[in-house]
Amino acid sequence: MIYLQVLANGLVLGGLYAAIAVGFSLVWGVLNVINLLHGSFIILGAYVAFFAHAFYGVHPFLSAPLAGLLLFAIGYSLQGAVINRVIRAPVLMTLTLTFGLDLLLNNAMLLLFKADYRKVVLDPPLGSIVLGPIVLPLDRIAVMILALLMTYGLYRLLRDSKLGRAIIAIRMDREAAALMGVDVMRMQAMTFAIGAFMAGAAGSLLSIIYPISPLNSITFLGKAFVICVIGGLGSVGGAIVGGIALGLIESLTALWFGQEYAVPISFALLVAFLAVRPTGLLGRRGYE
Amino acid sequence: MRTIVILAIVAAFFTALIFGGNYALRLATIFAMYATLALSWNIIGGLAGYPSFATAAFFGLGTYASAILQSSGMPMLLAWPLGGLTAAVFAAVIGLAILHLKGHYFAIANLALVEVLRELVNINDRLTGGGMGLNLPVTQGGVTQQAVYFLAAMLALAVITLLSAAAVHRGKLGFALRCIQQNEDAAVMLGVNARLYKAAAFTLSAVFPGMAGGIYASWVHYIDPSDVFDILLSVKPLVMVLVGGLGTLFGPVIGAAVFLALEEAVWRSFLTVHAAVLGALIVALILFLPHGLMSINRRRLGAGRT
Repeated sequence: MIYLQVLANGLVLGGLYAAIAVGFSLVWGVLNVINLLHGSFIILGAYVAFFAHAFYGVHPFLSAPLAGLLLFAIGYSLQGAVINRVIRAPVLMTLTLTFGLDLLLNNAMLLLFKADYRKVVLDPPLGSIVLGPIVLPLDRIAVMILALLMTYGLYRLLRDSKLGRAIIAIRMDREAAALMGVDVMRMQAMTFAIGAFMAGAAGSLLSIIYPISPLNSITFLGKAFVICVIGGLGSVGGAIVGGIALGLIESLTALWFGQEYAVPISFALLVAFLAVRPTGLLGRRGYE
Repeated sequence: MRTIVILAIVAAFFTALIFGGNYALRLATIFAMYATLALSWNIIGGLAGYPSFATAAFFGLGTYASAILQSSGMPMLLAWPLGGLTAAVFAAVIGLAILHLKGHYFAIANLALVEVLRELVNINDRLTGGGMGLNLPVTQGGVTQQAVYFLAAMLALAVITLLSAAAVHRGKLGFALRCIQQNEDAAVMLGVNARLYKAAAFTLSAVFPGMAGGIYASWVHYIDPSDVFDILLSVKPLVMVLVGGLGTLFGPVIGAAVFLALEEAVWRSFLTVHAAVLGALIVALILFLPHGLMSINRRRLGAGRT
């Protein structure tokens, strides 16, 4: 019986995890940039929700698009002004660059928001529902549904819009896309901005579940790593599969070995996947 | 030009030691440690072109292996090399599993290794003291005497590392690694045993940081997981190498000196923003000086490419 509960918890978390990782996966897959800012983007989004709730009483579900837009603007400017300049450089350069940018952003957040852990406390709380032997908190279910809707929205954007097709074209072949009239530099900035939007909006959603602090941005970045590698890089489907996989891994390791083993085991699985099956569970290049 | 720079640094170094007291001794020890880390990283990162972020993992393994051995009564001089050996064995084994990965995948695997090791040390608190950290047996002697002793040890290690790096640069291994860096597939086609050489490079990039970790642990008497498995310990060496010049022999040493000077001059005065200053330095370096300080000189002379 306990397994049903654990599975349900894992699945519910998985929806949120998919939204956390899908922007990271998009940037990695299309731009070939590992965005080490992603964790801080998520936390910044969560702070938007926290302050909107604390000062104006705005529900985090409503401030999520706002947080997304703020991060969109930040992401667009960062890629346009800084990262685009070295995007063709070796991996080491882009990776180190985003690390440096993350040190800047994270330090700024520490100064502005302090290191205290904070959490949005909804009043009244949403309560929970009981399904036979399973108890599920409603706020988590709502977060899961919204996160999956957002992720699905990104999927439709990439499939159906002209913008999305241009992004996919860059992923498939940058030179050919440029020859077909795609403004590659602008589209790269759009891609990074969309990734940041997803991070900010997902951050808003998770502010009602997790305590947030600039110090735990690294936690969410780590989750994005694991999700992308396990699910398979570069597709919305991969992020969802990876998100659910990580949700289940965390719940099951907590049950079997204890909470403190969740991180080492998920990271050890990451390394194992890289060693044995670097294409992830879905095992194909996505977004096409 | 290069010789003058090196001589100036060496001269300044010893002058400072004679007149600077314990503070200078401490700085010099950190310099020797940074130089060791940067020289080691340069073997896998600069020569082979593999973006390793595992330096913190090797360093941390070295500190804990050597600290645990010392706590059970082993003398320092034996525990340090064993710390290096632990890191080297770990690198050899893990290297065989992950060195076929390229680019981002390799980097991510490295970052994950650091996280896994830190958490494992945190969890196994019977052996390692967990998050509370580990105290080492206090060494004999006065403050200055100890400072000189550990400086000598760290300097000796830095010199050994430099000599090993020089041997690698001039030898067959360095040649093979440069081939791998330029075009691995072509190198393999021409009969370069890439797997073997990459594993050798990764192992070499682990053994010296592991020993440096051992000396560091004895020097500071107290270690804890978030301190020695700090991802900054992986990033700083590569920044130093970028400052000094990727894939060059003396670049890492110069980079370590410049980096330490900046660290002392700027960050200590602005404690709350020191991470941001490091971030700004990294961003400026990547954008404006991707080939390191050496390239300024080269560019001005108009020789070589910019």
